Amino acid sequence: MESTGIIVAFWVLAAVTVAGALGVIVSRDLLHAIFFLILSFLGMAGLFITLSADFIAVAQVLIYAGAISVLLVFAVMLTPLVSRDNGNSLYVAPGALAGLGLAALVVFVAVDTEWAQLSGDALAARSFPDTVATIGDLLLGRYVLAFEVASILLLFALLGAIVLVHERRADAAAGAADTPANREEAA
Amino acid sequence: MSVELGHYMAVSGVIFGIGIVVALGKRNAVAVLMGVELMLNAVNLLLLAFARFGAAFADDAAALSGHVFVVFVLTVAAAEAAVVLAMAVLVYRRRETVELDRINLMRW
Repeated sequence: MESTGIIVAFWVLAAVTVAGALGVIVSRDLLHAIFFLILSFLGMAGLFITLSADFIAVAQVLIYAGAISVLLVFAVMLTPLVSRDNGNSLYVAPGALAGLGLAALVVFVAVDTEWAQLSGDALAARSFPDTVATIGDLLLGRYVLAFEVASILLLFALLGAIVLVHERRADAAAGAADTPANREEAA
Repeated sequence: MSVELGHYMAVSGVIFGIGIVVALGKRNAVAVLMGVELMLNAVNLLLLAFARFGAAFADDAAALSGHVFVVFVLTVAAAEAAVVLAMAVLVYRRRETVELDRINLMRW
């Protein structure tokens, strides 16, 4: 990929993605962290487009930047008494050490190794003209078993989420009388 | 100067490392989930980069297997997010907190 547009697009999108991910670490407010995460997801979708993965890029915008971030905002909004700050836990030092170490290792290996990769004309030849049709063929052909298992997984995730947050009537009545606030009042 | 496989791998590694820092270093359960999503995103980028640049594929359909893998990762990520957030709401309802440092019922 030697054309100037692709090179500029790669560096800009990589900078946006990494900056968004860093914003998740440094922002003090959890909602701001979610917005930085969305920025990172959108930059990642742009990187997918530079890799000729148009269908995956659209799916990324729909699922990550759309659905998952809305779920995250919901989770923050449904826990109103929790402090909104994006504080660090006890494990931030070993976590930072592990993350930085792994990132440094991967970057070193990625840059240092002579990868058996396509370049020049062979790279231009593999431009994935019909990703959607081929992905559909593969999903319902070679990977049909994994496709069905994934649908079962989604069904059970849906059922599991409903069962987890479902309150039975008796429990709900008992729970309403037994919240910490009520216990404090009783005491 | 051209963009090659190594560049995408480097970006993927950096994002994965940031995801580890977020997942291990944040106190709020929702923030930890955000770190996990960042790591899954980094893996997706790596899969797509290999599908684009890898030299060992017989034809385009074989290379697009990487895209199919990414579709499955997206599926699992969505399912995981839904279940984890349901768990967060449940834990909040029982204990009025989702801060992982304070959920230590099983600590001896």
